[in-house]
Amino acid sequence: MRIVLACLVVLVLLSGLPFVASAYVLGLLTLAYYFGVFAMSWDLLFGFAGEVNFGPTFLIGLGAYGAGLLNSQAGWPVPACVAGGAVVAVLGGVLLALPALRLRGPYFGLVTLVAVLLLTQAVTIGSHWTGGEIGMSLPDVLSIDDSTNYWTALAFMGVSGLCLLLLSRSPVGLILQACGQDPVEAASLGFNVSKHKLAAFCVSALFSGLSGAMLVFYFGTVSPGTVIDVAVGVQVIIAAVLGGRRTIIGAAIGAVFLIVAGELLRPLGQLSTFVVSAIALAVILFFPDGLLGYLLHRTSRADGPPP
Amino acid sequence: MSLLRVEGLTKRYGGLVAVRDMSFSVGPGEILGLIGPNGSGKSTCMKLVMGIERPNGGEVFIDGVPVAGQAAHRIARHGVGLVFQHSRPLHRQTVLENILLALLPDSLLRLVGQRGLRDRAAAIAERCGLGAVLHRRPGTLPFADLRRMELAKAIARDPKVVLVDEPFAGLTAAEVADFSALIAGFRAEGRAVLLVDHNVKGVSALVDRVLAMYLGERVTEGSAAEVMAHPRVREVYLGSGTMTRAARAPRAAADAAPLLTVEDVSVLYGKAQALDRVSLRVPEGACVSVVGLNGAGKTTLFNAISGLVPYAGRISFAGESLAGRTAGQVARTGVVQCPESRELFGDMSVRENLDLGGARLPAPERARQLAWLFDLFPILKARQPQRAATLSGGEQQMLAIARALMMRPRLLILDEPTLGLAPVILEQISRALEVLRTTTPITVLLGEQNVTFALPHADWVYVLEHARIVWEGPPERFAEEAGDGLL
Repeated sequence: MRIVLACLVVLVLLSGLPFVASAYVLGLLTLAYYFGVFAMSWDLLFGFAGEVNFGPTFLIGLGAYGAGLLNSQAGWPVPACVAGGAVVAVLGGVLLALPALRLRGPYFGLVTLVAVLLLTQAVTIGSHWTGGEIGMSLPDVLSIDDSTNYWTALAFMGVSGLCLLLLSRSPVGLILQACGQDPVEAASLGFNVSKHKLAAFCVSALFSGLSGAMLVFYFGTVSPGTVIDVAVGVQVIIAAVLGGRRTIIGAAIGAVFLIVAGELLRPLGQLSTFVVSAIALAVILFFPDGLLGYLLHRTSRADGPPP
Repeated sequence: MSLLRVEGLTKRYGGLVAVRDMSFSVGPGEILGLIGPNGSGKSTCMKLVMGIERPNGGEVFIDGVPVAGQAAHRIARHGVGLVFQHSRPLHRQTVLENILLALLPDSLLRLVGQRGLRDRAAAIAERCGLGAVLHRRPGTLPFADLRRMELAKAIARDPKVVLVDEPFAGLTAAEVADFSALIAGFRAEGRAVLLVDHNVKGVSALVDRVLAMYLGERVTEGSAAEVMAHPRVREVYLGSGTMTRAARAPRAAADAAPLLTVEDVSVLYGKAQALDRVSLRVPEGACVSVVGLNGAGKTTLFNAISGLVPYAGRISFAGESLAGRTAGQVARTGVVQCPESRELFGDMSVRENLDLGGARLPAPERARQLAWLFDLFPILKARQPQRAATLSGGEQQMLAIARALMMRPRLLILDEPTLGLAPVILEQISRALEVLRTTTPITVLLGEQNVTFALPHADWVYVLEHARIVWEGPPERFAEEAGDGLL
């Protein structure tokens, strides 16, 4: 539980940032926090359920477009749209996961990847309502105040992170890890592996969808390039792996690092993406447990020396 | 009333029948040993009971309730527990938490742990001798403690029927005694226990009855002594006694310059000692056989020679050390292994598999080699366009040998070529080996648990047991000096 305390301290410190930092920094971090939730949701599937979801943006995009369309077409208020977007993401996620989780090995990942392409096409086909590849502007936004937006995102990330972390450390999280690591043994212990993995997928979809929906009301626009594109999904995956598999919190740290580093290196132009990617590659190659995983691993080795 | 009753259980994989019409039962407070050589179908039997594999026919009753065909987690809830030989424990959790896992209900709503459960987990750990390491992580434990943890997890579910997969593999004598006591404790509590193992000897002190299997079928059932004395069991493990061996002069004198020398080679798999200072020499042109039960270390020895596993010690081939060479480099120097698992390219045709084996030969030579192999294994010629995965077991084995021979080896390593094959196929492979011996200069290193098959071909025999060479000598002396150790 030390890690929860440490996180709370960091969250409190970060909540003071609007009093000292510029609107530019706040805007950047707001985006990073929503990305943090994407990455944490992804880690629940990869780190705990043992399933590689190559299409996190399928869930994010469903939440984002679900919320966006409810707002622009049905005129629902923002909170209802966000909730609606999350419901759409969970429903879509279940429809995808039910058949996909029956597949073994890399096929689950491939199905999720194809789902992203399908969603992209669906947005293009429905361009009358969705604005197609250009996207659409929404009538409503969360707030026009930078600080409010920042605090909303920070609180959302804090609450999501706490939920996911507690879930991952609960008895259910223990079963989920067992299902991910050795499904045959987990089944022999009496656990319904499919049920637990499906539940994990739903939770991942719920938080991805919520975060996608909140993000579009922060931007005030929604377009495939920001919430569905495969490249966005790749960034989510890199953030989670960079931060540390099976740590939840590490994923958020990785996301903030990626977004902030990308921005700091922007003066390098095209080179910035290259540098950030190179750093990510180096971390994955030399610290496969990720940044936080590496730190945790070191402490865990210290408390139990091998005989 | 038996707690576990199996009737007419059958499992087919494609054309291969792994288990055929098996029936047996285990009562409360009884331990049944299910034994058979590798490939006999005993592990498949166990998986069918647990529901890890679905049977094609037959029924499994747990305390009178039919469960065959249900998913594993449902069968587990009917009261079946499986002690895995190898598992992947939760590495970031402690031993206590790993055992706690087994106590949890299959519910999505259990978000808060219960204090009582931790106490129960601790009590189970204590009973299994894990009291001192409760808060250690599995990665820091010695091998025997990991096995104890698996046992503890199985006990935690309070199963009526306990299946134990190779209870003593990789354990020392003292640890074996500990484990036997724990398993005997299951009997005292009135559980039905099914032990799966390779040989009778290892489990004879513990079991009430033994059921021997071979090629997916029941051989005999009875007390350990009865089963060990059964002529068919002796035949399966040792051969028929009358070794048919073509009268022939040894091809190579034992003191000829060795083509392959292995000196003091040791291999560790994590914490398990797979090979312990093994030394052997293979003279040029000879056929040397390494016999031993499954798990003795034969495959590990061959993998060390082929550069597939890291080892300590020295291995040299044709006077040159093989240290530091990759598996590919070793193969190119002329040491070619035909592995136990065959490792065919299942989605490729027979012809493509053979062409890959001969990929480094110039075209005319490749064609000659291919023609020679089609002579040796005529069935492969007819099967050329067929996908390798769809061949029968015997045809797959012939293809694996043929593919190895396409590489024109100086030393051919054959690892368990008879595994799970019917006698008629054995004869064909045996004839092919005889052709190799009499018409080519190829040196052969043959690993076998089927002694009947190995001895007639061998010029020299090594017996490998529990990671060590325990006997070596000419095949004539094998039966009287080393035979009983293998049963």
